[in-house]
This record gives sequence, C-alpha cells and structure tokens, in this order.
Amino acid sequence: MKNQLPTEITDLHAYVDEQLSPEARRRVEEWLANNPEARRQAADYALIRDGLRGLYAPVLQEPIPESMLRPETTRRWLRPLGAAAAGVFLMLTGAWFGMQLERGAGSFLAAVPHTVREAAMAYAVYAPEVRHPVEVPGDQEQHLVSWLTKRMGVQVRAPRLDDLGFLLLGGRLLSSDDGPGALLMYEDHGGKRVILYACPTEADGRDTALRFAQEEGVSVVYWTEGPLSYALAGELERTGLQALAESAYRQIAI
Amino acid sequence: MSTGITGDLLAAQIPRLRRYARALTRSAQAADDLVQDCLERAWRKAHRWEPGTDLRAWLFTLMHNVHINGLRRKYPDTESIADTDYPDMKLQGADVPLQMRDLERGLAELPAEQREVLLLVCLEEMTYEQVAAVLGIPIGTVMSRLHRARERLRRYLAGERKPPLRRVK
Repeated sequence: MKNQLPTEITDLHAYVDEQLSPEARRRVEEWLANNPEARRQAADYALIRDGLRGLYAPVLQEPIPESMLRPETTRRWLRPLGAAAAGVFLMLTGAWFGMQLERGAGSFLAAVPHTVREAAMAYAVYAPEVRHPVEVPGDQEQHLVSWLTKRMGVQVRAPRLDDLGFLLLGGRLLSSDDGPGALLMYEDHGGKRVILYACPTEADGRDTALRFAQEEGVSVVYWTEGPLSYALAGELERTGLQALAESAYRQIAI
Repeated sequence: MSTGITGDLLAAQIPRLRRYARALTRSAQAADDLVQDCLERAWRKAHRWEPGTDLRAWLFTLMHNVHINGLRRKYPDTESIADTDYPDMKLQGADVPLQMRDLERGLAELPAEQREVLLLVCLEEMTYEQVAAVLGIPIGTVMSRLHRARERLRRYLAGERKPPLRRVK
C-alpha cells in the first residue's frame, strides 16, 4: 500500500497505543474533545486491545512444555512420542477416574444402571477436551444423527436445548456395556458443557421416568425409553440439569 | 561456543512467544510447533545475537521468519474442520462474555499480515518502530495494516459479519 494514512488517523492509533509524546497527546486529546466519532473509534480500538489481552492472557500462565526448555536436543520426528504419551496418560486418567468412582461410590454404583457410570465417565473424559471434544461438529447435525442412527441401529435424535441456552457442539460414537453408545455434547455461551449419552437398553430393561444421581461432582439425570437408555450428565445444579433432561426427554419421546 | 544466550534468558521469553503464536495460528499445536522451531533456530543462531540488545525483538523476528517460511512451504498444516470450528483456546468458564468469542472469530478472519501487526501492537505492546523492524516492513505499512485490522474487527464486532457457514450434506 503506497497511499499514506492521514495524520489524524495515525495519531489516533498512537494515542490508543500510548505512543505519543506528551505534547502530541495533548493535541490529540483536544481534537478528540470536539470529535465524537473519533472518540468512539478510539474507544473501540481500546476495547479490541483490552479484549485481545484478556483473551490470550491465560496462555502466559500455561506451564512451559519440557521440549521448549531444551530445544537444541529436540527433533521434530520425536514429537509424535509426546502425543502418544499424552494418549496413555489420558487412558490412565480415565481408568483412575473410574476407580475413584467405583471406590468412592461403593454400593451406590451397584444400585445405579451402568448408563450412569458410563455417562459420568464420558462426561469426565470428553467435556474438558479442548481440541477434539466431538468427532462430528454440530453444524453437521444431519450427518451426525444419521451416522449415529446407522451405528446404533435405532433412530437417534439430537434434542434442541437452545431455549435453555445450550447449543449442540457435536457428537461422537462410543462403546458401552451393551453395544455402541452415542454421545452428544452441548455447550452454553459461557463454555459450560453437558453431554447426552445414549446406549442400548439392557435386555430386560423397561421404560423408566427420570431419575437423578450424582457422583464426583457430576450430576446425571437418566431414563429409559424403548430401545435406548439415556443419561444427561454435567456439572450443573440439579434443577438446571433436570430442566434440560425434561426438555430432551419430551423431544425424544415424540 | 560462548554466547550471551542462556536457557534462562530464552525461557523467560517463552510464555510471550507462545501467547503470540497462539493468537496468530489459533491452534495450540501449530503455535507450539512454531515456538519450538523458533527456539531451535535461536540456539542455532545464538552467536548472531548481540548481548545487551533486545532479545525479545530478536526472537520475534526469528519467529516471524519461521512463520513466513511455514506459510510459503505450506508444510503439513494439520488444520482439520474441528480445529477451525472450535478453536483451541477454550475460553474459560462462564465469565467470558460473548463478545470475546466474536473477537476471537473476527481475529481469525483477518489476513495473517494484519493479524501479526495487530498482535504485536496490542499483545506485545511494541512500538510501531519495533514492529516495523521485527516484520521487516516500512512503518507506513505497519500503520496501514494496523488501521485496516482495527477497522475490520470493529465492523465485525458491530455485527457486520458474514452469516456462519452451513455445510449442506
């Protein structure tokens, strides 16, 4: 770009970025006093700057990866090993979480269907996932639903929870004690997530009303409806989760 | 080889390099690869850095070059659909206003050259002269990129955005 910006514009940026000399700053301030549009502009620029800082400030607090502290010895081809280790760690964490669930809950878990345990586990494993929370994103809902329906062998529906503030983030296929399981993940504007888990109803299972269970901070509302058992899991208080479950229940029952 | 660069000196710069790379690439993996490459290059060229000069500026210059080379080579940029739709930077908890997400999306839509300038000015708080030196461009270009980036984001945040892509099929 050859054409130069007008001085007022470059000064406005320099003003926002605090790169003006005191005299120049006074001059710009005077100019701004009589120029509401430029004032708005400057305020917006400052808002964007503060927003960007806020957005990425958490990265500064992240622990530095080992490999960066001794980069002279690292080679690119070694890195997949790191990824593999992370995968193993994830599995171990999952297993550990499962053990804690079993140990801590004791008789409680024996009393609830495996659906609850599986849903709580699926929530614990996938909800914190930043990079790949789902296999198929929610904007491909039709594809997601038909894929899961095909794999589950029965009609899967993705209830809309928009009215309650939760949007479909997407879903994935899982394995459950009774065959293929489906996970749908929803997220609200604040980033809070819940999952709706569905798996085949056990051989002698009957339809049930909504029930509530809680373990390790994960709340689960579960029910059985025909060929599928459902569980909605999340770290919400009971009434909030129940409202979501009731909405899902009504939509699925149709 | 004795150089002024020590592991500690470099380590102190890593958080900033990572923050910038994350905002630039919008992917934690790509960002960390970029930082890693930059640090490797820094060690290889450590003798070129003059003790007492601005280490941060030097490192950002290296990273800019690594980034540009990466763009030119277009080497395995493993950005999947999921990466684009759900950026790695998962915003934290319920206290992040909706506008922050818009800001993140708006930033992603800026051309890389504008994003670089905006981030060096806003995140790194570099002077325009420093930005010009790091990116190897005239200061007038810094200003026009900065201006375009800000105006574009401003319009984006004001709601003049394209409707979200919907995939059919």
